[in-house]
Amino acid sequence: MLKIENLHCQLEDDADTKILKGVDLKVEAGKVHAIMGPNGSGKSTLSYVLSGRDGYEVTDGSATLLGEDILDMEPDERAAAGLFLAFQYPVEIPGVGNMIFLRTALNAQRKARGEEEMGAPEFLKLVREKAKELDISPDMMKRPVNVGFSGGEKKRNEILQMSLLQPKLCILDETDSGLDVDAMKLVSKGVNALRDEGRGFLVITHYQRLLDHIKPDVVHIMAAGRIVQTGGPELALEVEKNGYADILGAAA
Amino acid sequence: MDAPTNPWRDAFEAFKASDAAQMGASARDAAFARFDAHGMPSKRDEYWKYTPVRDVTPETPVPANNAADAFADVDAYRFVFVDGHLDAARSDRDALAKVADVAGEKGAPWMDGVFNALQAKPIIGAQQQVERPFADLNLALFSDGLAVRIPAGAALDKPIHLRYEGNRPAHLRLEMLVEKGASATLLESGAGALTTGAEVVVEDGATLNHLRAQTEVADKQFTALYAKIGAEAQFKTFTLAADGALIRNETQITMAGENGNGHIAAGVMGRGKALIDNTVYISHEAAHCESRQVVKNVMDDESKAVFQGKIYVKKDAQKTDGYQISQSVLLSEGAEFNAKPELEIYADDVMCSHGSTTGALDETALFYLRSRGVPLKEAEAMLVAAFVDEAILEIADEGLQNIIRKAVDAWMAERAAG
Ligand SMILES: Nc1ncnc2c1ncn2[C@@H]1O[C@H](COP(=O)(O)OP(=O)(O)OP(=O)(O)O)[C@@H](O)[C@H]1O
Ligand SMILES: [Mg+2]
Repeated sequence: MLKIENLHCQLEDDADTKILKGVDLKVEAGKVHAIMGPNGSGKSTLSYVLSGRDGYEVTDGSATLLGEDILDMEPDERAAAGLFLAFQYPVEIPGVGNMIFLRTALNAQRKARGEEEMGAPEFLKLVREKAKELDISPDMMKRPVNVGFSGGEKKRNEILQMSLLQPKLCILDETDSGLDVDAMKLVSKGVNALRDEGRGFLVITHYQRLLDHIKPDVVHIMAAGRIVQTGGPELALEVEKNGYADILGAAA
Repeated sequence: MDAPTNPWRDAFEAFKASDAAQMGASARDAAFARFDAHGMPSKRDEYWKYTPVRDVTPETPVPANNAADAFADVDAYRFVFVDGHLDAARSDRDALAKVADVAGEKGAPWMDGVFNALQAKPIIGAQQQVERPFADLNLALFSDGLAVRIPAGAALDKPIHLRYEGNRPAHLRLEMLVEKGASATLLESGAGALTTGAEVVVEDGATLNHLRAQTEVADKQFTALYAKIGAEAQFKTFTLAADGALIRNETQITMAGENGNGHIAAGVMGRGKALIDNTVYISHEAAHCESRQVVKNVMDDESKAVFQGKIYVKKDAQKTDGYQISQSVLLSEGAEFNAKPELEIYADDVMCSHGSTTGALDETALFYLRSRGVPLKEAEAMLVAAFVDEAILEIADEGLQNIIRKAVDAWMAERAAG
């Protein structure tokens, strides 16, 4: 589903800052892959490069989604192709209503895929249903995108967007950070509800806690811009117990 | 050698012979003399630094672009002026005369405290030096217009809409008295006026809402609006200006009674080589008044926005609450915003603030929207709409807010398509 080969990137306006230094990664449909790794190792950068954020220059390697080269696509084209990034830091957009935003996004994707746009009544019903599942109040839906949302509410809003947009590949960047125990359960439930044969997940996290709820099939360790180790769920448990020292030592 | 010709003087001399020129003849002479003493301002004149008007002549064409009349569907008392004269057949003069006092060609007694009363009055403070050539030319040369009194306590049932059409570079005028406790809404649209001039008096406890859509002006338009706000009275003015090659809107508000409210807001959308200038002067002469200026500019290509805004607070105008914000989003590197915010305060117990910002659209927000599938131009339109909305929210009526929102969306949609 997602295939990343030898991906290198540096900052666009500072060629000396090389962040990704040859990432190789494959996420199969129906699987959950977790990425762990020390702060600053390039996990968020990988998610940004995949989703097309400005400021990074890919200098080598490739990334394809369902066989399509995504690196040359605009961010919105990548979204329409099925890529979704739940942000580590969801963005506040004053003046843009949550509902308008969701509906515009959903219909823009549908239009890009040549599908019929969703009418207002059907959309409202769908949003209400999903929002309720994530314990997002109607009042929050009326507010501007993420404005005045607590940290945990922002993360829940990301999952709401994900479950509305029904992407093929979901990248979750530290969606667990800032969540209380109950919210963690809600979010995990939301994610697990989306798990199916046709969908892949790339879950970036620092903690086993999230992986207790969203059980990964594969765990990768990223360090200094590369995947340095890949294993099963037990790898996350090892990190939890011993930190990165052993793994990094062995990889070096 | 021949003396240099002055086309404006020639135009005024020619105009003076017409019937239209007889009303207010002495005020017209005085106004023209004020203009003539200095002529068209140049870049060296303090408040004309960014806005070149030297070559504006009486024959400046006033073409319209293909935008629709924003207020076409609003149920209103319509006054349609074509080539500088009321088109009676398309206007609702008689209907308005049933509910308000519409002055005839000879004027009316109530006009004494309005006509030429605000414009001729010298302004205290630094800006009294400001040349207002177009206000003076308008007063000297106006060929038609509306003079209306809303009787005390009356709430006008629908807006008055002044509509400017035609190809002649016309000068049109409004004189308006909103008497104690009365309320009215005033709309303006159309390209068929080179200048407009307005004097409005909003008496104690009265309300006047003014909304101007300058979305059809393809070349030039110069407007001057003078307002005097009484105690507990409220005046709100909003202008949406888009694309004009050269638009200058001057507004001068005098807060003359305690607890008055004066709001000026503007949305500006610039494309090509448009230059759109909002120059505002608010004079607080009574205590406990609130004034707000909210200007939002969205500038693309090589367009330029100018905002000059002054809050002047007289010594006795204690507890004045004056707020001013002017902000620009530059959609291209060639676009420009020049701001000249000024405070001049002689009272010691006031709350006045001003701020000005310029920048591109928020990159992070743009990426967030795009990452959800919204194409770039559409994402820009959403952020622009949100940006301009802070000014639109200053409009009192929600239906009218939505009309302006639609015009902003249409502008952004055209940009996306273009
Ligand atoms: N736009 C940028 N400008 C400067 N440095 C950057 C930029 N983006 C990333 N970096 C640097 O690249 C490195 C990787 O950052 P990134 O955010 O990808 O790390 P991370 O693995 O997500 O870390 P964390 O676990 O703390 O979230 C860091 O050293 C960071 O400072
Ligand atoms: Mg990160």
